Amino acid sequence: MSAAELAHKCLYYMALMREVEDRIERKLYRQGKILGGVYVGRGQEAIPVGTALVAEPGDVLFPSHRDMAVFLIRGVTPGRILAQYMGRAGGVTGGRDANMHMGDLNLNIVSIISALAATVPVAAGAALALRYKGTNGVVFSYFGEGSTSRGDWHEGVNFATVQKLPVVFICNNNQYAYSTPLCLQMACANVADRGPAYNMPAEIVDGNDVLAVYEATRRAVDHARSGDGPYLLECKTFRMTGHSAHDAAHYVPKDLLDEWGKLDPITRFEARMLAEGWGTQTEIDELHAAVHREVDQGVAWAEQSPYPEPATLLDGVYESQ
Amino acid sequence: MSTTYLEAIREGLWEEMEHDPNVFLIGEDIGEYGGAFKVTAGFFERFGARRVVDTPISEAAIVGAAIGAGLMGLRPVAEMQFADFISCGFDQIVNFAAKCRYRWNASVPMVVRAPSGGGVHGGPFHSQNPEMWFVRTPGLKVVAPATAYDAKGLIKSAIRDNDPVLFFEHKALYRRIKEDLPSEEYTVPIGKAKVVREGTDLTIVTYGAMVWVALDAAGKLAEEGASVEVVDLRTLLPLDRETVSESVRKTSKVLLLHEDTRTGGMAGELAASIIESVFEYLDGPIVRVTAPDTPVPYSPPLEDAFLPNAEKVVEKARWLFRY
Repeated sequence: MSAAELAHKCLYYMALMREVEDRIERKLYRQGKILGGVYVGRGQEAIPVGTALVAEPGDVLFPSHRDMAVFLIRGVTPGRILAQYMGRAGGVTGGRDANMHMGDLNLNIVSIISALAATVPVAAGAALALRYKGTNGVVFSYFGEGSTSRGDWHEGVNFATVQKLPVVFICNNNQYAYSTPLCLQMACANVADRGPAYNMPAEIVDGNDVLAVYEATRRAVDHARSGDGPYLLECKTFRMTGHSAHDAAHYVPKDLLDEWGKLDPITRFEARMLAEGWGTQTEIDELHAAVHREVDQGVAWAEQSPYPEPATLLDGVYESQ
Repeated sequence: MSTTYLEAIREGLWEEMEHDPNVFLIGEDIGEYGGAFKVTAGFFERFGARRVVDTPISEAAIVGAAIGAGLMGLRPVAEMQFADFISCGFDQIVNFAAKCRYRWNASVPMVVRAPSGGGVHGGPFHSQNPEMWFVRTPGLKVVAPATAYDAKGLIKSAIRDNDPVLFFEHKALYRRIKEDLPSEEYTVPIGKAKVVREGTDLTIVTYGAMVWVALDAAGKLAEEGASVEVVDLRTLLPLDRETVSESVRKTSKVLLLHEDTRTGGMAGELAASIIESVFEYLDGPIVRVTAPDTPVPYSPPLEDAFLPNAEKVVEKARWLFRY
């Protein structure tokens, strides 16, 4: 893949995630078509895009709730994601669960649960299985900085490092866990500081620079795939929204939002593309227009998808009933 | 040659390991050491570190890793050193494993072995019966064998099952009971109770080590002329309500017995189920013999007072017969 091709892919998936999430949070949620919790990754799109574009098909991904682009990159359509948020039968879980709580083993994507750090030991187990089966697959384990306060995060990381399992731990450090700032979350300055305690290489990355994330992920994946054990990537970014759509985030200082707003990963990357000659302004405008049309179609598809039948309530608790 | 309950579990594990290369064991001290109770003694030598994975002291990681491996198509058997420690892996079991299939149609073919139960002077943290924490979690299966035959047959079924199964093995039975097992291969189905003694005057419904207490009590009551039927649930979730109802239709009297504490114990659910389905067959109140609502005490006189025994069952049965 040429640099220009990679750049177009990066921009396309970041723009697509932004547009799908904007429709969800700013339109469908406000129209009452989406109920319950809505969590978006606005301003953090470079992290799922820069990481998941490195993944091979046999690699197993554990995206967190701010990583929608992982699904888009693996081929889940905007329509199915929107139907998921709207609780429709056409959603990835058919209405069984909400928002980013979805997975598909055919795509090697494992669903999160709400207690987010719980995926970390599960990711370690998936990596154990990939090695057990003799594949060279790598597991991508995504979480926020808040997850690293949890016991199961530490248990999972410790087990993975003891066993030298092929896992890349990807931290989206957006500085806030709900309303709790980093300084009340941990006494060390960086999540990466936790790496040495586990004898695990850890790298701090500019999480708003998609190519920096991409390059760091390649280093991390090479390390894990070659049998050298886990690797921790701390992607520094900022949460540009509330924790969820109902949270106005009055506790976040406005100057921080202004400062990080200038580092928006999409506008920043467009400037880079133009400067490097990877694309023209016309191409960029056309890309956004195409994304807009794609999401329009997705919304239409999701809205015509039926709700699940109440008669299916009892199905699927066990394999056979 | 007679086989103990512990040996039966061991044989079941061994056969499934030989039979399916995707089966592996994960837990604390299970490798070279062979496990706290020696259930896995010799496995490390035969199957190696790849298939007998020693872990740090990390129950959440043990269960979590088993879930992850199960999602990838392996058949992990996780060992909790004592059932009491399963609470450290609780979120993984009840929120992750139990809900995967319902939420996103993903199989978690995992077994969690949990040595449970009192009568071994283990005190409050090595004696508990935590099965009901899981019996009210849809998506899990929960088994609790009472005999060597069932222990072997059920561990094999649990390993082959595509849903997460919690396997409560009673520590007091490990080396205390033995029987001749078939030389040919067999399994015992999950979800099927068994009438282990037939009778006409009273049904005792129980499971685990209390099956032996029930049989002991039934023998004593027979000397007094009472014919007692004993139903061994074997599986607690999904519950075989029909076998229980069928027995009640025959005897019209029910005594529910478990070693677990009283409030929220299996007896409560069984009583509700019996009332819903066969109320008109009852000719007396449903009675319970259970441990009281206390932690499991250590000192022998206290633990003896805590645990149900045949005398307590006989006394309650006599009361019911007089009713």
